[in-house]
Amino acid sequence: MSKPAKTIRVNRAFGSIVEGEALVSTEGFSPRYDLDRWSGLISRPGHALEGHNIKDKILITPSAKGGIAAGWAFYDIQHKGIAPKAFVFGVTNPVMVQGAVFAGITITEGWSADPYQLIRTGDIVRINPEKRTMTLVRRGSR
Amino acid sequence: MLRGEQGRAVQEALQLQQEVGKFFGAKRFVPVSNVHMMGDIEVMGDAGKSFIERAAESGAKCRQPTTTNARCIDFAHVEHLKQDKNEARKEQELIACLRRMDVITADTCINYQTLYQPHLGEHVAWGDTGTVIYANSVFGARSNFEAGPAALAAGLTGRVPEYGFHLDEHRHGTFQVNLKADLNDLADWGAIGKIVGSGHQDYYAVPVFTGIKRRPTADELKQLGAALASYGSMGMFHMVGVTPEAPTLKAAFGGRKPKEVMTVTNRDLEKVYAGYDKQNNPLNLVVFSGPQQSLFEMKTLAALLKGRKVAKGSQLFITTSNGVKSAAKELGYLQDIEESGAVVLEGVCFYILQNLPQMRLREGWSNLVTNSAKLANIIGAHKFNTILRRTGECIDIACTGTDVR
Repeated sequence: MSKPAKTIRVNRAFGSIVEGEALVSTEGFSPRYDLDRWSGLISRPGHALEGHNIKDKILITPSAKGGIAAGWAFYDIQHKGIAPKAFVFGVTNPVMVQGAVFAGITITEGWSADPYQLIRTGDIVRINPEKRTMTLVRRGSR
Repeated sequence: MLRGEQGRAVQEALQLQQEVGKFFGAKRFVPVSNVHMMGDIEVMGDAGKSFIERAAESGAKCRQPTTTNARCIDFAHVEHLKQDKNEARKEQELIACLRRMDVITADTCINYQTLYQPHLGEHVAWGDTGTVIYANSVFGARSNFEAGPAALAAGLTGRVPEYGFHLDEHRHGTFQVNLKADLNDLADWGAIGKIVGSGHQDYYAVPVFTGIKRRPTADELKQLGAALASYGSMGMFHMVGVTPEAPTLKAAFGGRKPKEVMTVTNRDLEKVYAGYDKQNNPLNLVVFSGPQQSLFEMKTLAALLKGRKVAKGSQLFITTSNGVKSAAKELGYLQDIEESGAVVLEGVCFYILQNLPQMRLREGWSNLVTNSAKLANIIGAHKFNTILRRTGECIDIACTGTDVR
């Protein structure tokens, strides 16, 4: 069996190069519907990541959910010091991109290969927006 | 603008727009004629407020008419709802800053019914997803979802990067929804939005509705659009023979084939209504909000409530715009509504009310009954258990505390 590639290409990207712990969600994400914007905890009952904290993580999620208010929410959590290092979306909507650009948080959309096969929560990954890549740096200890 | 000769705020606004445009591969900017922005203290927080204060301080002014979406405080009800006075003060300061920037603080999420109706092909920059999907679908105008900072940027620069729904290629239908259900209540239209949106969480998924038995009203299209945008993150739909870019099925799909054809029946609708459970908790909160009520909805609610009383221990909230509330007062609808014990809030949306989590605990609310599928979806973040019911059923629940289903 061939070894899976450790780098996945992303389709669109903004921001600076970041490296951090992956938080991988099988469910879409909304900073309004799912997040406690005071602690950084995913608070919506039943969310795939309920109880996880997004602070300083690289949040990998298949889709963007919900509304316009997310645009201010990213700026708000950035100033509260509880923002993730990057948002990695399968598909997103303009609000997430506008919000991330406004807050200066790295964001990507789309991927060349399914990251769920390669990256698990706790793994260290690097996002390079300029090269449009997401790389598995090393496995997490878990 | 980029060199900063028009001030720092305009420079930063254009830089933001350039980065967003670059992300989506926009080739150019297009001028916008109207802007609608979300910006209240609940969604912005202190950091957002500081940003607006700096922009206002710099003397920046909107160069196109820019209106605001629903806010989080009705100043006449701060005491009654035990909202935070400090936050109310901040909201006042925020409104003052926005006015200094020539923002028209109309505080409504139904601008498309009450303030401005763009025409076919007109580029606008609107925020609140419900306003965007209505602009694209019903008017044939062109807007992306514009988040608060992005809408403000559009107000300051008078333009937006051309991507998404500004381009023909994203405006064609992608899948077909054959409506076999009878759609007699606003809640039914929202339920359609839930069924279709939940299964297609994609901004660029554009449903094409067929099989319409009668022409829907503006309020029905409002509920449908708001729910599609809320459950599916969608920005556009077509309705063959109804919406301007769908004179025929072929035109709606731009000659392409639908990726999928789905059918929605009465049974599907009943399944939606049956899917809610009061979890043995009281039915003591009924809300008509998200979007705000039109004058026609206020008239309906007045007729349903006339001579009735909200049940003891229950509360009924209705939100609308300042303009609609004033008209409802002139027409006597407001009196009929308020005499029942219902509370009409102006300029706000229920789900962003400042202090709502605390209010929920204090008032012993667990269930929230509404005829808005959008509200039933989004308020889950505040840990409400929501129940979607038809308009008349909502009123009955408010006045009896029981659900006949």
